[in-house]
Amino acid sequence: MIDLILAKYNYWTFIILMLIGFYAMIAKDNLIKKVIGLSIFQTAIFLFYISLGDISGGTAPIVSEEIIGKGYIYVNPLPHVLILTAIVVAVATLAVALALIIRIYEEYGTIEEEEILKIERERGTSCQ
Amino acid sequence: MLSIEQFPLLIVVISLLSAFTILILGWLNEKLACYISIVTVLVQFVMSIFVLNHVLTIGTIHYWLGGWMPPWGIEYVIDPMSAYMLVTLLFLGLVCAIYSKRNIEHELPRKLVSFYTAYQLLIAGLCGVVVTGDIFNMFVFIEIMSISSYALIASRGKIALKASFTYLVMGSIGACFFLLGVGFLYSVTGSLNMHDLSVLLPLLYENKVVQAAFVFFIVGLAIKMALFPLHTWLPDAHAFAPAEISAMLSGIIVAVSTYAFIRVTFSVFTLKFITMYLPIFDILCWVSVIAMLYGSVLAITQTNLKRMLAYSSVANMGYIMLGVGLSTSTSLGLTPALMHILNHAVMKGCLFMVAGAFIYKADLWEIEDFRGLGRKMPYTTFAFILAALAMVGMPPSVGFVTKLYLIIACMEAGQFIFVVAIFASTLLIVYYFWRVIEYMYIRTGDKDDKEVEVDEVPVSMLIPILILGVLCFIIGIVWLIDIPLPMMDAVNSLFGLGGMS
Repeated sequence: MIDLILAKYNYWTFIILMLIGFYAMIAKDNLIKKVIGLSIFQTAIFLFYISLGDISGGTAPIVSEEIIGKGYIYVNPLPHVLILTAIVVAVATLAVALALIIRIYEEYGTIEEEEILKIERERGTSCQ
Repeated sequence: MLSIEQFPLLIVVISLLSAFTILILGWLNEKLACYISIVTVLVQFVMSIFVLNHVLTIGTIHYWLGGWMPPWGIEYVIDPMSAYMLVTLLFLGLVCAIYSKRNIEHELPRKLVSFYTAYQLLIAGLCGVVVTGDIFNMFVFIEIMSISSYALIASRGKIALKASFTYLVMGSIGACFFLLGVGFLYSVTGSLNMHDLSVLLPLLYENKVVQAAFVFFIVGLAIKMALFPLHTWLPDAHAFAPAEISAMLSGIIVAVSTYAFIRVTFSVFTLKFITMYLPIFDILCWVSVIAMLYGSVLAITQTNLKRMLAYSSVANMGYIMLGVGLSTSTSLGLTPALMHILNHAVMKGCLFMVAGAFIYKADLWEIEDFRGLGRKMPYTTFAFILAALAMVGMPPSVGFVTKLYLIIACMEAGQFIFVVAIFASTLLIVYYFWRVIEYMYIRTGDKDDKEVEVDEVPVSMLIPILILGVLCFIIGIVWLIDIPLPMMDAVNSLFGLGGMS
């Protein structure tokens, strides 16, 4: 069992990080903490991809005349490139989330979810 | 030379370019933003009709980005299903863009430029999801579509901010699950091209990684398309967004996520996988039936028209997913599901626009305040009645056609309890729409003088509403005389469905 965990430690790390992020998103009341949870969640998936592309002992995937056909092993560059795109997506999500939190703070004066709901209830069902 | 083979890419790129053009020209003159947006969506719509015609007469269009061969490069594919979705989404996008001109000037007077920029990005994301043949590319477009819709929902401020934030958190979880599914598939096959995956995967169907990837796709997309237990973001987001965004959310954004679901289940994983290795479609049917009833019951309890329509969307997602769930066991295949995507877009688009018209004119949100509107805004309420009748399923409206096909599909699959559920939800729909119509036409405000003083909405808002209202019946008749059915047969044969009759 221990061997199983140690042999695939990168995957276990990704699962643990992902669950930490997931917990923060569900259980935390503070909106900023939710966004931090979201970032941890996304980063865990990025780590999964990056560790997927790695080969132990592999070199950088740059093809040149000197090393072709000499038995060099390359890491797979594609997952890293994919994750560059996914990081951009994550940054955009984060930016929108933080912008929303700023506006929520201006509107309600708090970023605690419970208090926002309380203020909403006091205002009644008005949709304005 | 412009050839139709390049249209898949152009449809997406035009929208992206137009988003930047709006941002730059918008600095010079705010009024331009709306016109650029309408013209762009109109051009895209015309292109999509050419594409549909080409796909149906000549065959599937493949476009290789940068000329790279498919398993390595990104490929854009338009087959009958993508072409159908493309026409549907651009049609509603066009109608919403025309409607939004006056409505956005009224609701978001200082934010015209940013609204239309985000709107064009939304259209680009939607088109991208539909045309792409690469699964990672699909993730990116799903996120473009979602992020712009978070911004658009929040644009009205106040309570919409909270709704948008909830949607953002849930939507990001969904997208992350999708990304994880892509990662799992990549780790076992080393490919991201959908067609290539469908060739490589059959050898690995027993593999636990592939099965886990499938589950991640399902859960991720179920959040995006607001399938019953994961729908909690939907009612607030739909209720507090500007009217045209509510219409797009309810009619198109959720439907495009359903498209992604169908694409992943039938194009990447094949019919064999979902019938033999992970038979989830039975569960899907039951979940959708619960969604139908739950959405309709909660719609009855709402006092706010837009929230009522939002819960009705949950119920209608149940109809679409019931169609998908039954697709593997009947000869109709995906026809009822795809049919209802168009039908729901037309009906719900019309209803949300009417709700928006009431808000535009007199800030009316609550159903109880609608006393006497039937006489004050005759054309708008007439369109509302047309769409409401279509929702109920009066022949020959679109709602009737969907229900007819769904009932035939249920009978064929031998699931009579689903037929009962469809009738029950129809009764609930009659109840909650009747309540609104009763306030609009029958109850007068003579007792406490609460009748509102309003007149008709501007023509540029009225015409989209009336077009959609009338289309509810015209499209129904078109379905009934079987004109578009060859298209549906083409989709079914593409996925190997419906060959049992």
